Amino acid sequence: MLAGILTDTIRGLIGDQAIYFALAAIGLNIHFGYTGLLNFGQAVFMAAGAYGLSMTVVTFGGSFWVGLFVGAFVFPVILALVLGIPTLRLRADYLAMVTIATAEIFRLIARTPGLDKWTGSSDGLSGFARDFYDLSPFEPRQRYLFNLFQGNQMWVFVVGWITVGLMLLLTYLLINSPWGRVLKAIREDEDAARSLGKNAFTYKMQALILGGVIGAIGGMIRAIGTQSAQPDNFITDVTFFAWVAVILGGAGTIFGPVIGSMMLWCVLAFADTAMRQGVSSGALPDWLLTGTQVGQVRFMLVGSLLIFLAWRRPQGIFGNKEEMALDDR
Amino acid sequence: MTADTDVLAGVSPTPGSKKPDPILIATGVSRSFGGLKAVDVEHVEIQRGLITALIGPNGAGKTTFFNLLTNFDEPDSGDRTFEGKSLNGVAAYKVANLGMVRTFQLTKALSKMTVLENMKLGATGQKGESMFRAIFPFLWRDQDNEIESAADSLLARFKMDHMREEFAGTLSGGQRKLLEMARALMVKPKMVMLDEPMAGVNPALKQSLLDHIKGLKADGMTVLFVEHDMDMVQEISDWVIVMAEGRIIAEGPPKSISENEAVVSAYLGSHHDAPLDFGDDE
Ligand SMILES: Nc1ncnc2c1ncn2[C@@H]1O[C@H](COP(=O)(O)OP(=O)(O)O)[C@@H](O)[C@H]1O
Ligand SMILES: [Mg+2]
Repeated sequence: MLAGILTDTIRGLIGDQAIYFALAAIGLNIHFGYTGLLNFGQAVFMAAGAYGLSMTVVTFGGSFWVGLFVGAFVFPVILALVLGIPTLRLRADYLAMVTIATAEIFRLIARTPGLDKWTGSSDGLSGFARDFYDLSPFEPRQRYLFNLFQGNQMWVFVVGWITVGLMLLLTYLLINSPWGRVLKAIREDEDAARSLGKNAFTYKMQALILGGVIGAIGGMIRAIGTQSAQPDNFITDVTFFAWVAVILGGAGTIFGPVIGSMMLWCVLAFADTAMRQGVSSGALPDWLLTGTQVGQVRFMLVGSLLIFLAWRRPQGIFGNKEEMALDDR
Repeated sequence: MTADTDVLAGVSPTPGSKKPDPILIATGVSRSFGGLKAVDVEHVEIQRGLITALIGPNGAGKTTFFNLLTNFDEPDSGDRTFEGKSLNGVAAYKVANLGMVRTFQLTKALSKMTVLENMKLGATGQKGESMFRAIFPFLWRDQDNEIESAADSLLARFKMDHMREEFAGTLSGGQRKLLEMARALMVKPKMVMLDEPMAGVNPALKQSLLDHIKGLKADGMTVLFVEHDMDMVQEISDWVIVMAEGRIIAEGPPKSISENEAVVSAYLGSHHDAPLDFGDDE
């Protein structure tokens, strides 16, 4: 029983969800952590990746590789331009409103039965990832890494974490460059940056695109991992989890979003398995908790963790307290 | 300073007077906020290579006029030219790249960046500020090192070199003013616009700020600055422009200004108790 809790917890820590949300959070961290953009629709960037890939392959009969390009670049870049052009010259809250709305509008359109031919409506699209799994060096029926993952999961695991590593490297290089310096200046005071000859709009647009592309890659890996792209994989909660990961780990830090995502799914998996086993073994009596309540209660635990963090460590796990305190001066 | 004031010796001390070699010209510039006409300037010229002071009581429209000259705000009507180029419809960041840099009345030191980072941000034409080149440090590292030594020598000149690694947010108000001015110089501007550089600065720092402003002129830059303290204005400026209620009510060499009827009554109108040192903001 303890072994079951342990494997589930580790799977949460390093498994597929941690990967998708690490990528979404890395992107969001570029938006919010480094540039100060309020994107409350990271789910729609993830969806752009998932649907860019799946629609290219399933709807239009293109190859998987073209699909990767469309999912990682074409869809998210167009989306970022559509969201950014009307809002990035205005106050920060306009982007927030437009991103929330767009994420919901996208999901509702993708669900529309009339568009079944293109989006597969509420069932979504599937059967687009074969080329990916054909390349797998792992035996699908075998289990790997102390029996944690099946062959195909293992392949997603390897490619996923390599992608996370590359995105961290990219973030590191960019943030420690003069380009990153301008972003940080814009985050603090756009007018100061402008007075020194920096085109704040262009930088914000670039940041929105970059963070969106990284989120889209996360959404694409999710679609590949689950072998489907469904509208309800991209509900508002998804954006929320990405935010939790950023804040938990520390906004404006390189590793924060990844560690935050791993912690989030680790805590959720641990709470879920531990409570379920507690309920089924009778250790947790019926009047306290039933099996159907576990799903909600684990989110309450994450909420409590966040409140605790806001109290004891508002800068996140990796954040710098001195830097945060400078806000109040 | 006699040699400089000689340049303007033949210029009539009247609002809107023509200068022999103006770097900045504004004509018919107006800006209203609701019913309030904050700025209504018929014509003004700023002579190249000199220090011009812009004075006037609180609420006269000096900051608004600064914003209009640097395109941080758009006028309801009016033309501005800098070095003969029209500034109409030019984005604020481009104005800086043309060589006119401003500071802000409420200092905008970037508090979560170090003093050195603040300085390096000011340099223009940085290769590493392009997103694609940024990924390849070998493309910009050399230039960045040059920028860093330029920043270091400016910091030394401003006696801030010992703070280079500190977050700007930890500096005192006066030090932030100094940093903002030094940072503006990283742009290598032709003209520097300082909005109340001396406000909130302790007397010891004030003197060194004054010396730095004189130094800008010695280096060939044009300076336009807003100030309240008449002693300061007398000490460093070559020409004074006086604003009240959005208009330019007087212009002239510093000595003549404190005796100007219109000026005295404008100040008396808003600061009954302190006519001579021309009051103080904040
Ligand atoms: N953004 C604004 N909205 C409304 N009124 C403003 C705004 N900016 C300035 N004003 C008004 O315009 C007038 C001139 O202000 P300002 O240019 O700040 O004066 P000064 O810098 O000379 O003290 C004041 O009456 C001020 O209240
Ligand atoms: Mg002012």
